[in-house]
Amino acid sequence: MSRSRTLAEKVWEAHVVRHGSGAEPDLLYIDLHLLHEVTSPQAFDGLRLAGRPIRRPDLTIATEDHNVPTVDIELPIADPVSRTQVETLRKNCAEFGVRLHPMGDAEQGIVHVVGPQLGLTQPGMTVVCGDSHTSTHGAFGALAFGIGTSEVEHVMATQTLPLKPFKTMAINVDGALRPGVTAKDVILAVIAKIGTGGGQGYVLEYRGSAIEALSMEARMTICNMSIEAGARAGMIAPDQTTFDYIKGRPHAPSGADWDAAVEYWRTLRTDDDAEFDAEVHLNADELTPFVTWGTNPGQGLPLGERVPDPEAIVDENERVAAEKALAYMGLEPGTPLRDIHVDTVFLGSCTNGRIEDLRAAAEVLRGKKVADGVRMLVVPGSMRVRAQAEAEGLHEVFLAAGAEWRQAGCSMCLGMNPDQLKPGERSASTSNRNFEGRQGKGGRTHLVSPLVAAATAVRGTLSSPADLV
Amino acid sequence: MEAFTTHTGVGVPLRRSNVDTDQIIPAVYLKRVTRSGFEDGLFAAWRGDEHFVLNQEPFRAGSVLVAGPDFGTGSSREHAVWALMDYGFRVVISSRFADIFRGNAGKQGLVAAQCEQSDVELLWKLLENEPGTEVTVDLTNNTVAAKDFTAPFTIDEYTRWRLLEGLDDIALTLRHAEDITEFERRRPGWLPTTEPVPAR
Repeated sequence: MSRSRTLAEKVWEAHVVRHGSGAEPDLLYIDLHLLHEVTSPQAFDGLRLAGRPIRRPDLTIATEDHNVPTVDIELPIADPVSRTQVETLRKNCAEFGVRLHPMGDAEQGIVHVVGPQLGLTQPGMTVVCGDSHTSTHGAFGALAFGIGTSEVEHVMATQTLPLKPFKTMAINVDGALRPGVTAKDVILAVIAKIGTGGGQGYVLEYRGSAIEALSMEARMTICNMSIEAGARAGMIAPDQTTFDYIKGRPHAPSGADWDAAVEYWRTLRTDDDAEFDAEVHLNADELTPFVTWGTNPGQGLPLGERVPDPEAIVDENERVAAEKALAYMGLEPGTPLRDIHVDTVFLGSCTNGRIEDLRAAAEVLRGKKVADGVRMLVVPGSMRVRAQAEAEGLHEVFLAAGAEWRQAGCSMCLGMNPDQLKPGERSASTSNRNFEGRQGKGGRTHLVSPLVAAATAVRGTLSSPADLV
Repeated sequence: MEAFTTHTGVGVPLRRSNVDTDQIIPAVYLKRVTRSGFEDGLFAAWRGDEHFVLNQEPFRAGSVLVAGPDFGTGSSREHAVWALMDYGFRVVISSRFADIFRGNAGKQGLVAAQCEQSDVELLWKLLENEPGTEVTVDLTNNTVAAKDFTAPFTIDEYTRWRLLEGLDDIALTLRHAEDITEFERRRPGWLPTTEPVPAR
């Protein structure tokens, strides 16, 4: 009888090529390597310099997402530097034999939306990408984490990574979420509770009745932001919801392979008597819509609260951070969060750019108008999400409300493409980071759920759908 | 990678916590496909402020950055390490580093030295009271020293060994190529590949 293990430990041990001795790390096999244009060019260059091939191009896939514009995609990219980066990816993929979904392709989109949607992300796999939001794929019970460009080159050359085992932390969310409270509110509350460094060195496993009740898309939203708590990865044990989502997707196993896979996937649960290195508890019944007020994702509060007063913060580092954040955000202590006006609403990103997110926001917007002076960008996470939304008529709801209906990409989540805030502009954004300048130099970001984004677009101030009735 | 044993250079006090990688180098500087010249993007937004520490003599020529807790959070961009190194930094001292940043630093030969927050505070005071003070970071003994101040720092033992030896990670792994091939033989056949599949 083997010892009791957590989900993360099971997946880890199933991928150890070679155990390290002493201080030496384990060598871990990587089942899927996702590439995009930003963190790969220097890695391809490294391979070329060393005369090395990609060991497993058949476990590697690339898409264009960070730099791509979300309008006029049939035209060449206007910014020459962005264009060069995208063209470099195309040349590299052709030279090294990597499958690429370029701008305009039916399967193009944000790398973390594309993988699951193709059925490439499956339980128990190890998934890496030169992008911190690779944690998204943990929603399937995969061990998935972001890596730097040196590691991208390492995986290209060896299909492995030398790694020290991560510690494990259980995030128990019991109870049931109330209507209007979503996965985004859960993860923002988790980050506010444990802090942006609280997860450092850990794999977070989200558990409990509130997590089990979530759809795959909601689970992806939660795992996506594990990195904002400093964690290497987030995971959720696969269950029937997971299997139902994967079944029939292009790269899902079929026939006898499906049965063999599901039999294995059912073993991917933390053993009842396994121990985590740390545990956190949240009561889902008590959660309400959550928004950020500051410049890191841990600086968040329930929407019904007020902008905090730094004077009341005891920890000196946190107090100074809060003072700097409020100065940057242009906010006064004591202001009700609901009174904060925004210029822009962004619905999209690898956090909240999936079909359910668009459906939820469209439901709020149906028959309503985006407030005067507010622009709303709706950016599907992939071309497939876009096509599905159009088949369901969601784009008509957005357009009728006065929102912009865009092509797929990372868009306003980060200031690398034409979709940016101007200095001083304020957004309610369904993305994942409210860092200074993240959405454009001088831009001010409030992180919100798709429901809050849609309600905020209608009222022009941070709002939940309950405020619209 | 160049081996690292000890380094002495001007210490730069950066009194900020949660210095995320978007602050270290904004996304707009990430569009290059080359591996050098990222120093112009380092702390780009803050360097527009004349009071920012790197705009002050003698900190401008600093090579040991002393920062607040949770340094390098957020995006996985290795460009953050490249920007620090291209500018001239060889060491970052903090009481807590984000995991991916720490990993990236170790791959490139930037020493991420973890000190107690109380020692960081003492270093800050020392560097602010006597701008231009040089800090010595000794990787053979895991110590940080400046004037009569000395403190220990921690760094992952394996990373330390690789830095001291100046060893390339990929070459080390390729010594185990047979183990990788053997592992690949055992992988279940139903695991997906990325090769295009016909529509079902």
